[in-house]
Amino acid sequence: MSNILQIRNLHAAVEGKEILRGIDLDIAEGQVHALMGPNGAGKSTLGAVLTGRPGYEVTEGSILFKGQDLLAMTPEERSWAGLFLSFQYPIEIPGVSINNFMKAAVNAKRKAAGQSELSPADYLKLLKSKTALVQMKGEFIKRDVNVGFSGGEKKRNEIFQMAMLDPDLSILDETDSGLDVDALKIVADGVNALRSPSKSSIVITHYKRLLDLIVPDVVHVLKAGRIVRTGGRELVEQIENQGYDSIND
Amino acid sequence: MPQSEDIIRSATQQEYKEGFVTEIDQEFVPKGLNEDIIRLISAKKAEPQWLLDFRLKAFARWKEMTPPEWGHLSRLPEIDFQDIIYYAAPRRDEDRPKEIDPALQETFDKLGIPISEREVLAGVKSKVAVDAVFDSVSVSTTFREELSKLGIIFCSFSEAVREHPELVRKYLATVVPAGDNFYAALNSAVFSDGSFCYIPKGVKCPMDLSSYFRINASGTGQFERTLIIADEGSSLSYMEGCTAPMRDENQLHAAVVEIIVEKDADVRYSTVQNWYPGDAQGRGGILNLVTKRGICRDGAHLSWTQVETGSAITWKYPSTILQGDYSSSEFYSVALTNNYQQADTGTKMIHIGKGTRSRIVSKGISAGFSENSYRGLVQVLPGADGARNYSQCDSLLIGNRCGAHTFPVIRNANPNSVVEHEATTSKISEDQLFYCNQRGLAPEEAVGLIVNGYAKEVLSRLPMEFAVEAQKLLSVNLEGSIG
Repeated sequence: MSNILQIRNLHAAVEGKEILRGIDLDIAEGQVHALMGPNGAGKSTLGAVLTGRPGYEVTEGSILFKGQDLLAMTPEERSWAGLFLSFQYPIEIPGVSINNFMKAAVNAKRKAAGQSELSPADYLKLLKSKTALVQMKGEFIKRDVNVGFSGGEKKRNEIFQMAMLDPDLSILDETDSGLDVDALKIVADGVNALRSPSKSSIVITHYKRLLDLIVPDVVHVLKAGRIVRTGGRELVEQIENQGYDSIND
Repeated sequence: MPQSEDIIRSATQQEYKEGFVTEIDQEFVPKGLNEDIIRLISAKKAEPQWLLDFRLKAFARWKEMTPPEWGHLSRLPEIDFQDIIYYAAPRRDEDRPKEIDPALQETFDKLGIPISEREVLAGVKSKVAVDAVFDSVSVSTTFREELSKLGIIFCSFSEAVREHPELVRKYLATVVPAGDNFYAALNSAVFSDGSFCYIPKGVKCPMDLSSYFRINASGTGQFERTLIIADEGSSLSYMEGCTAPMRDENQLHAAVVEIIVEKDADVRYSTVQNWYPGDAQGRGGILNLVTKRGICRDGAHLSWTQVETGSAITWKYPSTILQGDYSSSEFYSVALTNNYQQADTGTKMIHIGKGTRSRIVSKGISAGFSENSYRGLVQVLPGADGARNYSQCDSLLIGNRCGAHTFPVIRNANPNSVVEHEATTSKISEDQLFYCNQRGLAPEEAVGLIVNGYAKEVLSRLPMEFAVEAQKLLSVNLEGSIG
């Protein structure tokens, strides 16, 4: 197994304030890593830095993604390389249908890989199989991206997009927040269906209930910008029972 | 936000593809404007005396008028009207007057405008009749014979004057009087050609009609006149497009469009305005100073849809006089300005008849250093019982060096009417851009997508082929705007 992601001594700041303070993290192909930690620990910041969100400044350290220097790439190049972020707060784009949005995204990725655009028939086939995966009805793709969506619909839309783009590393940023039990199950089933020996994920969450459904290989606890503990599923139990205070350096 | 600034700059700068010049032998009248020039233009067209009198009267009016200064158009230069050539036309081959000059054919081919029926019948393009105007003259009008079988008259304005003088005389300047405004007066004095269209009673025009305006010669202005008459119960979809070469000089385009929509008739008028907008530093570009107006009789309907992406300066207010009871009108507009472009555009809806309805949807998009203004008047006269208007004016800002302005005026003299106005201003957010980028859309593509989404309500009103064209234009004209 080779590492798809290799983070070394990563420091990052937002508006001059240091949030990540020396992260080291290796993720092997096919692995699911859970990233837990109290509010403000830097979990979402790590997702933002990995995907190149403006406003997040890397002050030190390095990130290799599939052997490439991730920090030298633009956000769209990172996407083309196979990195996906399921947003904690998905963004509305009025007037742009999910269908048009995804057609553009899928073809942008193909173009970057030197492939031709998908034929309408092949695109439709892909669309059908992936909407089924998150149990979305046909009208769903005609709706404007995230406009007027419920919390659950927004998250299902994220997983749908993930399925469409078929990334090698997915970062699920609190995908469980705001979901009822049924929606949670649909999302988790979707994610699990996409698991494969070559696909990896980082699952950012506060709660055991998601990790009962998407079972992680490795669990990290992040506190004040550092990974303070790495272990197996037993860490999830400990946090659930005793809280983050029970875990220290 | 320096990063999104860069993105917007690169997404709104792109080449103007229609900026080429056609090398062709043209005849010109001498530069400048006086009665002799007007007589010369009129003589070239062998016009009747009444039309020459109309021109000279308009000229006399114009000389006493001054250019309007109320537009939010700081970059509109003082125009030297004596420094303009008022008539330029490709020379005809005397031996073969019916044939289209190959250079013209090539020009319109390049622009994707089918000026021969062959191309259309071959199924390459959907069936649209085209009147193609090159500088001061109409060079080709297609499907005239087929349309004439239904009694539809579709020809150049000059031909209409020769062949249907009674119609021209009856309707000319009835909606836009010669002295209506400074530029309309100028047009009335010097107009050269344009399109004429008459749809007889009860006839539904079986294909879209269109005019395509091309400015080619340097140092000239274009002053076309379009007159559309939809007789009782008829219907028509009309489209208008335009382009010009890239030059460092400004060129004046002062057109007049008049539309008469008789009882229960229905006219849809769509424009994709793509005049040369000037370069990224604001040099050159067309000064588009245009008067468009329609009148609706009882139960008639007139719909304006415009996509304005070109011109250095746009001063244009397609308007409707809702004279007849229960007549209705709509104005759907997308105006995009980038670099140093300035647009002051909107509409006037004048409610005279009972139960008249109007709807205004204006979407302004400003990028670069541009200024984009909506200016509108909704006027309800005392007799317009039960009149209704709804206006929605949205502005989208890209970057932080451009301006968006809204100047809506409502004059309501009837207590039994309802006038509603809504307005919003928004920016393309960094979050939206990043969301798109994360999904693999490069910044230029992301901005194009977001802008097209924003304009969708208007674009969806355009005839199919036009809509595709307009979508592309919006994306293309935004290139380099991400900054």
